Amino acid sequence: MSELAIAGLRVVVGGREILRGIDLVVKSGEVHAVMGPNGSGKSTLSHVIAGRPGYEVVAGSVTLDGVDLLALPAWQRAHAGLFLAMQYPTEVPGVSLVEALKEALIAQGRASGDVRELVAAEAKRIGFDERFLTRPLNVDLSGGEKKRNETLQMGVLQPKIAILDELDSGLDVDALKAVSRRVEAATSETGLGVLAITHYTRLLRELRSDVVHVLRGGRIVATGGPELADELERTGYAGYEDSADGPVAPPPADPDPFADPLA
Amino acid sequence: MTPDAEAVEPGAEWLRARRAGAAERFATTPLPTDAEEVWRYSRVAELELDDFSPRAGSGAVAVPANVQQTIDATGPWSGVAVAIDGRLVSIALDDDLAGKGVIIRTAGDADEDTVGRVAVVGVDAFTELNAAWSAPVVVQVPAGVVVERPLLLVHWLGTDGVAAFPHTTVVGGANSEVTVVEYHGSADVHAFVDPVVELDVGDAARMRYLNLQDLGDRVWQIGYQASRVGRDASLLSAVVALGGDYARVRTDSRLAGKGGSASLMALYFGDGGQMHDFRTMQDHAAPNTTSDLLFKGAVADHSRSVYTGLIRVAKEAVGTNAFQTNRNLVLSEGASAESVPNLEIETNQVQCSHASAVGPIDEEQRFYLESRGVPTEVADRLIVLGFFGEVLERLPVRALTARLREAVADKLAGRRGRLASP
Repeated sequence: MSELAIAGLRVVVGGREILRGIDLVVKSGEVHAVMGPNGSGKSTLSHVIAGRPGYEVVAGSVTLDGVDLLALPAWQRAHAGLFLAMQYPTEVPGVSLVEALKEALIAQGRASGDVRELVAAEAKRIGFDERFLTRPLNVDLSGGEKKRNETLQMGVLQPKIAILDELDSGLDVDALKAVSRRVEAATSETGLGVLAITHYTRLLRELRSDVVHVLRGGRIVATGGPELADELERTGYAGYEDSADGPVAPPPADPDPFADPLA
Repeated sequence: MTPDAEAVEPGAEWLRARRAGAAERFATTPLPTDAEEVWRYSRVAELELDDFSPRAGSGAVAVPANVQQTIDATGPWSGVAVAIDGRLVSIALDDDLAGKGVIIRTAGDADEDTVGRVAVVGVDAFTELNAAWSAPVVVQVPAGVVVERPLLLVHWLGTDGVAAFPHTTVVGGANSEVTVVEYHGSADVHAFVDPVVELDVGDAARMRYLNLQDLGDRVWQIGYQASRVGRDASLLSAVVALGGDYARVRTDSRLAGKGGSASLMALYFGDGGQMHDFRTMQDHAAPNTTSDLLFKGAVADHSRSVYTGLIRVAKEAVGTNAFQTNRNLVLSEGASAESVPNLEIETNQVQCSHASAVGPIDEEQRFYLESRGVPTEVADRLIVLGFFGEVLERLPVRALTARLREAVADKLAGRRGRLASP
């Protein structure tokens, strides 16, 4: 049983506090949806957990099975069992999917079999055209193909926890069904825990979620079962005004530079 | 070092006259300075020509074993010529090609009209110096003859203080086809090489040329490559520069016949204190001609690179397509790259573009790979090899691609990245 635990997470970007105290626990086999309007901090949440440069964590912790993710470089977070399916997967000219996954598996000491075969099997599972496997990563792929590609990589890497950042954006309904089936299968086959970040309820009609969180103004303002998504569908985010909307609280003052860092 | 017009090297009469004339002109041609646009950013002011002599060669007749191994491993070759310290020591050519009239030889009585036709003298003091000292090698493929496997010319520098002046003239007859590879390597010596290459691509001929610059860290190179592309002919000309202290190549490609096309490529990667310096000219002199230039470089440690290029389209060259792309990866804070593309167009009906970029490894690309679990160092290697991929994939000799990838990976890892030089 694995557990991603986010506690009291506060994050500053460019001098502005974007996440203002997030508490969230995702366990193996669970699907948590984090829903929120634009600017609520959804993408910041996914990026900061995965270790993208440019974010300053001013308080709180993120651990995966007790491992302090925030202390690790991005690639070691992946080795700890984390996967991020990006909203806008980056084009990497001249580097193929197979090449990248092979290096990722080698680095984890898991490249025992034929990586190409492994990748081809996953591609078949989610209907990803095999001719993309040796082409440069994400170059000239449609939005839907990019998302299938992200899901494929999740299938090959078999993480403990996957963050799906707007997985539904740019997907047609067939692709949405295919990637949702694959994610659900992983929750039962390998006990994958999922944090699905989304603006719309569309993804949640395909991807069965256990818990729905509403993010506004950098805070989780409501948590409930799947019925919360249905309610959002009817009422929108207007009913979830952030209590602290208005002037954003200033970031906490610099901590005492002479304080014991282990205290 | 100063050539003496009265005491030129032996050879055919026309060649001795050519040497004497060049020696005289050199005596009155000042060395260029970086005040000239085409030498801007260069290190020419640091060159001490008097440190070198063309007569300093050791007299060795064989290249070191590891170089020979590389030659053997990347073949088979149709023919191999080897020059050591600027002196030609061996020439071999497949019998069946010799039977078809293919020639590799030191320029002799019959080559007066061949040598210097494309690389005309008087470009600068260094081409004069080359003309004064060189014993040109002529490669000739008769009209209609297809040479299937590449020809190799090896230029090895093995002696401290030597100056070498290789001159290679490749002539592809009408509708012929040939691939020529020149390898420049050296021992760990302080030496100077001033190579001149001329590629004469006859009407409807196909020529592919690859220059592998694998010199040691203390060798200076100031090179000149000139090509003339005939009617409906095509040229693929590539430079791979891994070595040298200061290594410069000026490339002038003239699209002289209607419908001709030239593809010019370079891959360069400097580390330590190296400097790679490229000047290019795509000279469109005939209608419906195409040139496509792709130069990609990387600079690590405190190395530097320069690319400046000009596309010139003459009034009569309507229907020209000319493209020029130079991209540079700057891999450390102490390294730098200059990139200056230019267009000079005298007619309207043309399609021209140029693009240039200088920057570090893209952070987004790095993070994408890292987020899959690829360690930073490995991600950087994949990205840099991917960056060079479009050049590596189009190089004329595929057997070299894997070795070149290794050499690039070695440089990235802070190791010595060369094909064969120590």
